Amino acid sequence: MDQTNIPLVSVRNCRQAYHKEASADLVVLDDVDLTLHEGEIVALLGRSGSGKSTLLRIVAGLLKPTSGEVNWRGKPLTGPAPGVAMVFQSFALFPWLTVQENVELGLEALRVKKDDREERSEEAIDLIGLGGYDGAYPKELSGGMRQRVGLARALVVHPDLLLMDEPFSALDVLTAETLRTDLIDLWMDGKLPVKSILIVTHNIEEAVLMADRILVFSSNPGRVAHELKVPFAHPRNRFDPAFREMVDDIYGIMTRRKAPEVHTAAAAAPNPFAHVLHPVGTNLIAGLLETLKSEPYNGRADLPALAAALQFEVDELLPLGETLSMLGFAVLEEGDIIITETGRRFADAETEDRKEIFAEALRTHVPLIGAIRGVIDQRSNHRAAAVRFRDQLEDHMSPEYAEETLRTVISWGRYAEIFEYDEEAQQFGLEEEDEEETED
Amino acid sequence: MKNYTPPALAGHRMPNRFDGAAMLMVMGLLIALVEVGRSTIATPIAQIQNTPIHLDPAWLPYYALRSTARMFAALFFSLVFTFTYATLAAKSRRAGQVLIPILDILQSVPILGFLTFTTVFFLHLFPGQVMGAELASVFVIFTSQAWNMAFSFYQSLTTLPADLQEASRSFRLSPWQRFWKLDVPFAMPGLVWNTMLSMSGGWFFVVASEAVTVGNTQFTLPGIGSYVAVALAKEDLHAIIYAIIAMLVVILLYDQLIFRPLVAWSGKFRFETTAAVSGPEPWMLKLLRRTALFRAIGEVIGGAFGRVFRLRLSLRQPGQVDETSEPSRIVDGIWYLLIAAIAVYAAWQIVAYVSGTLHWRDLGTALLMGIYTAIRVAVLMAIASLVWVPIGVWLGLRPKATRIAQPVAQFLAAFPANLLFPPFVLFIVMFHLNADIWLTPLMLIGTQWYLLFNVIAGAAAFPGDMKEAVANFNIHGLLWWRKVMIPGILPYYITGAITASGGAWNASIVAEVASWGTHTLTAHGLGAYIAQATNNGDTPRVVLGVVVMSCFVILFNRILWRPLYAYAVRRTTLG
Repeated sequence: MDQTNIPLVSVRNCRQAYHKEASADLVVLDDVDLTLHEGEIVALLGRSGSGKSTLLRIVAGLLKPTSGEVNWRGKPLTGPAPGVAMVFQSFALFPWLTVQENVELGLEALRVKKDDREERSEEAIDLIGLGGYDGAYPKELSGGMRQRVGLARALVVHPDLLLMDEPFSALDVLTAETLRTDLIDLWMDGKLPVKSILIVTHNIEEAVLMADRILVFSSNPGRVAHELKVPFAHPRNRFDPAFREMVDDIYGIMTRRKAPEVHTAAAAAPNPFAHVLHPVGTNLIAGLLETLKSEPYNGRADLPALAAALQFEVDELLPLGETLSMLGFAVLEEGDIIITETGRRFADAETEDRKEIFAEALRTHVPLIGAIRGVIDQRSNHRAAAVRFRDQLEDHMSPEYAEETLRTVISWGRYAEIFEYDEEAQQFGLEEEDEEETED
Repeated sequence: MKNYTPPALAGHRMPNRFDGAAMLMVMGLLIALVEVGRSTIATPIAQIQNTPIHLDPAWLPYYALRSTARMFAALFFSLVFTFTYATLAAKSRRAGQVLIPILDILQSVPILGFLTFTTVFFLHLFPGQVMGAELASVFVIFTSQAWNMAFSFYQSLTTLPADLQEASRSFRLSPWQRFWKLDVPFAMPGLVWNTMLSMSGGWFFVVASEAVTVGNTQFTLPGIGSYVAVALAKEDLHAIIYAIIAMLVVILLYDQLIFRPLVAWSGKFRFETTAAVSGPEPWMLKLLRRTALFRAIGEVIGGAFGRVFRLRLSLRQPGQVDETSEPSRIVDGIWYLLIAAIAVYAAWQIVAYVSGTLHWRDLGTALLMGIYTAIRVAVLMAIASLVWVPIGVWLGLRPKATRIAQPVAQFLAAFPANLLFPPFVLFIVMFHLNADIWLTPLMLIGTQWYLLFNVIAGAAAFPGDMKEAVANFNIHGLLWWRKVMIPGILPYYITGAITASGGAWNASIVAEVASWGTHTLTAHGLGAYIAQATNNGDTPRVVLGVVVMSCFVILFNRILWRPLYAYAVRRTTLG
């Protein structure tokens, strides 16, 4: 009991960076502090790529930070600690093991005796509502039941700290809600054999619904942008005005952080290869603009409401909104999205005109498009290999983002008929008629 | 039906400097093997007691049992090799850089060409004991099985799902526990499938490796292969027919008791999130799963294994992964230097060995012979494709026919084709036919079935909605083949074709020279070249022939099959 002053986990000045040969390091986490005490649920909230999952893995002892200090119960962490168990987004169940065998996995690693193992796994299985499924294989279960197995597997080792990496994001809305409620109920009744929970999520409502404390992450590099205490008592009501206000506030925080960075960059940055493009399809752009323009939004929508109406996760809606704002089709303001005149014109136009408006927007706001087209035009054969652009992108971002950005620019450029792309040869090129500048 | 990428096709590795080093190392190894073998040929080795082989069919069950035992001994060694070699290659970046190219080259080396030397080598290890000859035979079977099993295991290890790896680490499984809880189960479906293909291919080598002639002495181990060899020498057609029947029975038992139950059982380990609709459970597996006695036995065995697999066998606690640390350049440098040194040493040995006895002329001859054999393989593949693709498509589009034809083709692929040679040879001798042409089909007798059953699988997997679309647009005739069916089955066809053509090269060593009693038929080709050099004890030319053949096989794989396969997969799959 005298140990309660020592936090379960403390992370100081944590930095995770990957070395890049050409230019600066690729920083995933920068100067992050985190302290976890017994008896609290803390949520790490942020967009994908904000480094929150990386931080979770550092706390789990799976990943060694580039620099910084990680202490587990006051002692430096050197590997997966015995008192920590993890629940995975993808469940990470072993398909060749039955429910019971999956649950016993962690106990086997600890060399717990067979009788003990069976007793404890039985206990965890019953606690989490899986009784009767002991002998089933994961593939026979629904998603919700699978994540219950994931939970039971983590709880059976009686961890002090339960780590959850987007545990409900692979589930449908109703199933996720049921699992969340069950978990919180067990937590409030003191039935969970854990002292503290750290949950990573991109779902704002989930964070406000479950956590006592929320750390909001900003992206590129990942930093803790805000820390909020959630003052509501469990069980929480989503429709409570105070609850809604907090969700709105967090939306505001998450959109505010990102917007100015993009604009200044687009205006001032000379380097067209320094920007990650979100993989947003042109149909999605058109669809959102049409929705935004018409009833009931009439050009302006509250992001949480829009997300709920379209059944989008924050993680899907925010990149979409940012892309629209980058292209000059919409503006993000304090958790609202407002259509611009260009956006309205695009929504009203026919197919061919849309392509022209889109091409115009790309030329103005996406310097990468111009850079690629420029190289193609310089070449006598009007062809350019994709690999050179990929390399240039990789100087500024991770290979995954470079690939994503390249894919996006290809799809946009094709739609706007700015260039063609030959997948077989991995080459950019120009359309025949484009080259000859014919009458149409 | 299951379809796994054959090892030679998977891994879109570009050839790099490690391939060169690997080639040199393998060649050096072969020369060393031959040298050791040759130096012992001179020493008297006649003390070995040759058990006489009886042509009385009553002996056949016993011989079949001995042959089968050899097969399983080889399988055991192959598994040990797979679990160690592939694990090392997958877990250590530096080891993998060398081990995988070596494996790639080894699987293209026609080990049949070295039969004599490996036999002598093992006889030398156990002078005067039958053990040596047994081991030699097992070794040959091993070399026919191990490579693709190791490749399959390696591929599985490199594609382990990241979340399961993290889960194993976060629940603090020791490396030993993880190997049996994650690595092996995940690799199981591919490994079982490749093991079964290996076993099927292995019967050919069992038959070929039991009776080996070294100089004037013939070693015969009790087994079906020796039985056939003796029958050939005595021109006893009845005995050969008995042997074929015995082999059919053995393969039927193997197919029903082992192959099918194992493949069906391994489906449990398939990494998929939905329960797939699987075919009917093989009767043997049903028996094992539903019978109380077998279940009890299974639980005892499983429990014992489980206890061993649960041991930690590790003192160290698992640590963190340091993703940001770069591999040490100094250690890398030392490692590359070491590899280079070994490669240079091997190259020097090869030059020393070759320059004493061989001229450029010999290389020319070997290359020319290689081209002859290449033409044979190409023509055969073309003919076999023309025959089997339409038949395979016809069968594959009819589910009922597929259910019957697929197992039959797999069964035929396992049948050792060398047992069918004698009737063929007899036919050629009787009608005085041209050996250059008529010996050729022998090369593909055994391996054409791979073509057939892969085409069947491809046609059977053709999506139903596309079939309906094709019918809706009334596409038929040549257009149907060109735009619909051929692209649809292309990856499957190539999978089958590479197995078939690779097998044909290997078979050429026994197929281009055939004998019936005192008649010996010889065709022009690299296989005959190697076989004759072996008979003459002309070791440099054996090595030369084998190396040239390996090069042909590797070139075919790299220049033709691998790009074609990559193209087919890229172009004929959505997304």
